[in-house]
Amino acid sequence: MEGRPYEVRAATKGVFRELLSDKAGAFGIILLGILVLVAIFAPWVAPYGPTEGSLSTANINPVWGEGGSWSHILGTDPQGYDMLSRLIYGLRTTLLIATAVVVIAGTFGIAVGLFSGYKGGRTDRWIMGYVDVQVAFPGLLIAMIMIAVIGGSKLALIFVLSFNGWMVYARMTRGVVLSVKEQPYVEAAELVGCTPKRIMFRHILPNLVSAISTLAVLEFARIILAEATLSFLGLGLVFPDVSLGIVASAGRDYIFSTPRLIIIPGIAISILVMSVNFAASWLRVALDPRERDKRFAASAISNNGSGAGQ
Amino acid sequence: MVFGVTVVVFVATRLIGDPVNFILPLSASLEQREQLRADLGFDRPILVQFWDYITDVFTLDFGTSTKFTNEETIDVVFRFLPKTLQLVAAGMLVAFVVSLVLGMLSAVKPGKITDKLLVGLSLIGLSMPQFFLAQILIVLFSVRFGWVQIGPGPWTHMILPAVALALPAIGRLAMTVRSAMIDELNSQYVKAAKAKGMRRKRIIAVHALRNASIPFVTLAGWEFIRALAGFTVVVEGVFGLNGMGSLAILAIRERDFFLIQTIVLVVAVMVVLINILIDLVYKTVDPRVKLG
Repeated sequence: MEGRPYEVRAATKGVFRELLSDKAGAFGIILLGILVLVAIFAPWVAPYGPTEGSLSTANINPVWGEGGSWSHILGTDPQGYDMLSRLIYGLRTTLLIATAVVVIAGTFGIAVGLFSGYKGGRTDRWIMGYVDVQVAFPGLLIAMIMIAVIGGSKLALIFVLSFNGWMVYARMTRGVVLSVKEQPYVEAAELVGCTPKRIMFRHILPNLVSAISTLAVLEFARIILAEATLSFLGLGLVFPDVSLGIVASAGRDYIFSTPRLIIIPGIAISILVMSVNFAASWLRVALDPRERDKRFAASAISNNGSGAGQ
Repeated sequence: MVFGVTVVVFVATRLIGDPVNFILPLSASLEQREQLRADLGFDRPILVQFWDYITDVFTLDFGTSTKFTNEETIDVVFRFLPKTLQLVAAGMLVAFVVSLVLGMLSAVKPGKITDKLLVGLSLIGLSMPQFFLAQILIVLFSVRFGWVQIGPGPWTHMILPAVALALPAIGRLAMTVRSAMIDELNSQYVKAAKAKGMRRKRIIAVHALRNASIPFVTLAGWEFIRALAGFTVVVEGVFGLNGMGSLAILAIRERDFFLIQTIVLVVAVMVVLINILIDLVYKTVDPRVKLG
């Protein structure tokens, strides 16, 4: 989208004002921002390397536990690795994978959806028929088999998760395209002689921004969980790579002896996903003018109501 | 759809490696390996193998497992299937009942404390990975309080796995019931019923519930399919249950081609059956739906 300055300003106006009134959303965004910064600057932020340590530093309790110290805030695992550092490096990998998957699956899915919806007819039927089949697939099983084929590396995970995740974007894009295609302004653009490419990108695509960005953020959260699940099942990354899922699955065998080894990474993943979910709920309202109106109307009514009651 | 899945899995399994290396010890000679490969038929072109497989499936011959020596794969699958079916049935029953009740409770008084609590809890619950939920259940109820034992035993050992499977579904379903119910309770026909003097209980339980259950059925069916299509694997893994999920992991690790194919085939057939079932439920809930 080659937005002109005043258009961009008109579109983003209210987005940030909305953020101030939505506390959960603001909380989510700020937390997510901090986590992203921590992930980017992991080598400077983390007190130790992800695989730094030895048996002499093994099984140290966290600060609040018995014998814990500030040198290992969240304690160490049975290999002697520092939990906090592993989480920070794991966060870096997890965010990298999730971002890559959202970008790849999103771009591909949107392209397919635009093409299919705009072309219509037989092309559309075939493409959507294929999408239906792939959606009906037992996704996790296929992902497990694929990981077994190509092995556990970052690239493999990105590929597998993208392969399993592009259909949502295609379906949604196609739906919006179909409903927008019949609008008078698209017909007008066609009559004036705009090329199909210009119509798609200039006239149809902007309608998708709100829906797609919300979907992308929600998918981001889903992919973080999917990566954790695959790693947990032993079909994710392999040593010495760390992701949040790897850290969580490493504590699996110690659930009865040292439950903190599963609880701390579990909480870390939950916090990350929760902040993403909060951000998504804010984005959904903030980017859609209709939703903003609804919220404004609701607050006006409740203000009137309370005013009348007094 | 079943055919499509079969093709993909067939090709994928041929790519994951050589089962021969998993069956024979490292010391086996090259000739022995070649011999076994020929015996199993893995030395032939892939299209020939595929044709053989398809024709065999139509005569209900699903091949023999290489991991469970000389056992028909279909027998192996049916030995592991009951555990998964128990788990899914118990988990989904809990999920459907609890989410309907909770969703209705919070929709009746939106914005009140029950409602806010439910929305908050589902948001937190949906942000946790399922394996973490399951592990917390174990740590709390089995280790800390010692109420329920895990591992093989009486029927109580299925409580925690079923709850772990149900919790994320409850989060999603209760939210759907809630928003659908709120929409219905604000609609004209509810107002008309109220004006006529109908009791509130009857309005909610009979009129609004029936209309609100259409999105619920859609999503509930999806949850059911999701659970059957391999998502029990996490719960089975954490609780050490021998179900289809554990079997699938084992089959993939051991490169047991025929077993993987049979597992996926059985899952695909179940998914198709569930889809038919959902259509029938739709028809009962909404008489306008035509089966096509």
